[in-house]
Amino acid sequence: MKLHEYQSKQIFAQYGVPIPKGRVAATAGEARQIAEELGGRVVIKSQVLVGGRGKAGGIRLAKNPEEAEELATQILGMEIKGLPVRKVLVDEAANIKQEIYLGITNDRAARKPVLMASAAGGVDIEEVARETPEKIIRVHIDPLLGLRDYQARYIAAGIDLPREHWRDFGKIAHGLWQAYTRSDATLAEINPLVITKDERLLALDGKMLIDDNALFRHPDLAEMRDVDEEAPAETEARKYGISYIQLDGNIGCMVNGAGLAMATMDIIKLFGGEPANFLDIGGGAGAEKVAAALRIILSDPNVKAVLFNIFGGITRCDEVAKGILTALEEVKPQVPMVVRLVGTNAEEGRQLLSEADMLTAETLTEAAQKAVAAAKGGQA
Amino acid sequence: MSILVDKNTRLLVQGITGKEGLFHTTQMVAYGTNVVAGVTPGKGGEWVLDGKIPVFDSVKIAVEATGANASVIFVPARFAPDAMYEAADAGIPLIVCITEGIPIQDMMRVRNYLDQKGVRLVGPNCPGLLTPGEAKVGIIPGNIAIPGNVGVVSRSGTLTYEVLYALKQEGMGATTCVGIGGDPVNGTSFIDVLEMFEADPHTEKVVLIGEIGGTDEEKAAAFIASRMTKPVVAFIAGQTAPPGKRMGHAGAIIEGGEGTAAEKIKALEEAGVRVAKHPEEIPSLLK
Repeated sequence: MKLHEYQSKQIFAQYGVPIPKGRVAATAGEARQIAEELGGRVVIKSQVLVGGRGKAGGIRLAKNPEEAEELATQILGMEIKGLPVRKVLVDEAANIKQEIYLGITNDRAARKPVLMASAAGGVDIEEVARETPEKIIRVHIDPLLGLRDYQARYIAAGIDLPREHWRDFGKIAHGLWQAYTRSDATLAEINPLVITKDERLLALDGKMLIDDNALFRHPDLAEMRDVDEEAPAETEARKYGISYIQLDGNIGCMVNGAGLAMATMDIIKLFGGEPANFLDIGGGAGAEKVAAALRIILSDPNVKAVLFNIFGGITRCDEVAKGILTALEEVKPQVPMVVRLVGTNAEEGRQLLSEADMLTAETLTEAAQKAVAAAKGGQA
Repeated sequence: MSILVDKNTRLLVQGITGKEGLFHTTQMVAYGTNVVAGVTPGKGGEWVLDGKIPVFDSVKIAVEATGANASVIFVPARFAPDAMYEAADAGIPLIVCITEGIPIQDMMRVRNYLDQKGVRLVGPNCPGLLTPGEAKVGIIPGNIAIPGNVGVVSRSGTLTYEVLYALKQEGMGATTCVGIGGDPVNGTSFIDVLEMFEADPHTEKVVLIGEIGGTDEEKAAAFIASRMTKPVVAFIAGQTAPPGKRMGHAGAIIEGGEGTAAEKIKALEEAGVRVAKHPEEIPSLLK
């Protein structure tokens, strides 16, 4: 789950990381009022869950409250990479001397968190990572020991941070580590961490990704999810514990298991079709979940055919068949459907579906070929 | 012959009285697996499966009473890390964790702890192990595979079933099938299993089933090129997945240009691996 900049910075501040004074506004009037409270010179920052906000014109400096209102009006009317801006963060403007990058993420290959920093922080950090990776200093953190003081010093020295800032930098690194571990983040990033002209360290921007699997122990973070920022079908799918991602094709897919779901998409493409979605109903799915999944697939108007590929293990094929029948009654789909059931209770499942108007397939190859033909208008 | 599990495995089931645990214990016993004990804290002294299997309060007590030498974990995600620490501290050398949805920071701590103890972990978020005709540890349906000379290692669950089933349709069987799981931080890797198959005299060919995300397949390719003498056939799921999208498995995320199917397939083919276009093509590539 992605957090907004303002949410991430609030969490950082709880762990002692200094952030600029500021608040979130949903209207231009509020933005003006916040600017007045902050004394005039502010930065208006769009709060959308994508990168490249600055380059899209979604981050602007206002010299006074009037200008803050004007710029907030513009930014609140924008779309950035297809996402409408619904909120802006109004932050006190800082006088920047240097921009530093500081982040913690999971290094899956090392099976440890990694703390990274660069003296070349700011908007082009991804280019720095690509072109001059030696400018990024990394240190792996033992997850059983946590961040050690010497590691923060090693990073500070590695980015040539002036020694008078090492103490504060150490506190910020520890604060970021606390924010990362106590929030079960998969990424906690300050970019830029600036040295101001009056020689203070300040986290101007923040980004956090939270491990969805850990939200059970963070109800406060789970509440921060911004459902306005995701496709309604994906929100609906999450409610039922279904993994669903909408794609651009026209063959809807319902599969149990993520690997098999991807393989099913691949084979559709191999035979000349285009998958409309990734959908994993998970293990042990019952009739209700299957019906919800079919509704979600058919809510995409591009879908011209649906392919069910169920390999029963924990999941019982007869349960899936019951779900399909329930959904068919409810949704009355107008598109052709191809079903393949293998494994646990497959025979019972096939019998349940024998009366329904569906194409059947024995193998994955046959199922994909039939679905591709059906989507093109011919019934193979 | 086989790797990791066989007739002599003395299996303990953690979470044996839960719905999943009990169902799959029944299946494992029906398959012939030697399940010697179960653990559910607070239910020590009970018996399951018509009095055939004793339940204990802790892994330590169960090991002392029954000599269990492997454990399979069916407990929910929020309790699974503790179950793994408990099994490791009780001296169990092989832990198979079926549980999905364990937070990644928990898994980093578990993995680092288990490494220090020298304990082998398979999973989590995996279907477990199947040595056809001898034993199954986990949830792979027993009837979809037959004994044979192919070693199977996979990051996926149901996709593994698809491959075992396709092999069986062609009369081909497996020595052992190892599901290593789809999580970004797990225990046993492709390379660990490839090394075991290379050393196992009964495994003549190997099937590797990977998916997008991470660089484990690329590392496996390097291992195959330098160390494997046995032929390897592979399939990589997610060739059509759009970059940056999470396809259900936490591990299947393309991060910063690494981990695409195209990169993995290229690395494997350069290592002399034949890569199938779809799962049902695998048996013909093994012939």
